[in-house]
Amino acid sequence: MATARSRRSPKPTASRVTLLIATRKGLWVLASDATRREWKLAGPHFLGHIVHHAMIDPREPRTMLAAARTGHLGPTVFRSTDRGRTWKEAARPPAFTPESGRSVDHTFWLTPGLASQPGVWYAGSSPQGLFRSDDGGVTWSGVDGFNDHPQRKAWCGGDQDQTPDGGKLHSVLIDPRNPRRMYVSMSSGGTFESTDGGADWHPLNKGVKADFLPTPDPEFGHDPHCVRMSPANPDRLYQQNHCGIFRLDRPATRWIDIGGGMPKAVGSIGFPVVLHPRDADTLWVFPMDGSSVWPRTSPGGKPAVFRSTNGGRTWQRQAKGFPAAQGWWTVKRQAMSIDRFDGVGLYFGTTSGEVWASRDEGASWRPIARHLPEIYAVEAE
Amino acid sequence: MNAVHVRIPGLLRSYTEGAERVDLALSGPALLGDGLAELDARFPGLRFRVVDEQGKIRPHIKMFVNAVQARDLATPLPPGAELMIVGALSGG
Repeated sequence: MATARSRRSPKPTASRVTLLIATRKGLWVLASDATRREWKLAGPHFLGHIVHHAMIDPREPRTMLAAARTGHLGPTVFRSTDRGRTWKEAARPPAFTPESGRSVDHTFWLTPGLASQPGVWYAGSSPQGLFRSDDGGVTWSGVDGFNDHPQRKAWCGGDQDQTPDGGKLHSVLIDPRNPRRMYVSMSSGGTFESTDGGADWHPLNKGVKADFLPTPDPEFGHDPHCVRMSPANPDRLYQQNHCGIFRLDRPATRWIDIGGGMPKAVGSIGFPVVLHPRDADTLWVFPMDGSSVWPRTSPGGKPAVFRSTNGGRTWQRQAKGFPAAQGWWTVKRQAMSIDRFDGVGLYFGTTSGEVWASRDEGASWRPIARHLPEIYAVEAE
Repeated sequence: MNAVHVRIPGLLRSYTEGAERVDLALSGPALLGDGLAELDARFPGLRFRVVDEQGKIRPHIKMFVNAVQARDLATPLPPGAELMIVGALSGG
């Protein structure tokens, strides 16, 4: 099942790792040196704000962006250029046009542009919208090719088709070899591709299950929870979907179901998926109970990460250090991340406010922060 | 000249450098929308936190003009009016 294109990329020479922990009540920062043994927790920033996502700019690591709102105040984006010591609000946050009749409820996703695109950021919103900044996140404009696409309304569906706190555009991916090729995904809506830098878009969902729809193999309307592009092979996409785990090897347009190898008692439902930075065949998921009324907790109360090293053909349970029983965790789609060290570190945050880390590619785990608010996103840089 | 006195709630004082009251000098007959535009000119970004891009007061924000709730931005701001902005947040 693994393709000949899979390959290992060069290792980086980072000396530290920083985790941005975005929560329902603010932003915290965990930092460690390359050993990743001792962690220092700092924060909160924006105490009381709902921080849906926060990212360090890999092009200039002193810069961070955070997408935030409160229960009453509208959505905005904050920017720091001094590693979070000071923050400044965007002069023009992501917002739809007055003519659209739509309003951004919250900015949900942030993606920095490529190294060849200085100052470029993309943002995905709820309800589903795509925005771009060309000045490092100070001013944002809608990507009209998506937001005004004649099919957008059909793709996004109505209110009844959305996740409980509103439909979301997420997983904004840019091909590092050609920034005109982009992917976005929507819950609900599915995955969509642009080959002209966002001017036009088309669905890319063939082969992905959507068992909540009456039509077999529909063109759109799916519920991808998290879609990632392999850093080792940008032709390879993985997605953790509402209905399973899937892989796509471009230029093919039909996704392959790779969830069948998961244990039956665990299933293939979950929110996050993370990819090895140098091996396109290695990925991790955090399964959740998607049976009956969708508890979205660790199946059987036994938390575990599952890893595949062969592109999803087989999976191995990784749970050393986790509670063996009565661990009813939920890990949201942005709340699992990976670093780039040799012996990659894996991290995730739970909705019960714990951050867990592995510095041996998932073989063993330990908690590195507890007692935080509900965690929405964890990003390692 | 139309002087309007604005009571700033705690949740917006990061914009007003901590000021609890702000006096606006509006020219002639004015509407709530004019007052918020002036407020935003002095404290950039404040308006979008309380009014969305469709010109609607956000769901958990309430505004009162002389103690009467204003439902939209076309509410008149008479000379000497007091504008009170309140964040109405509930739940955990």
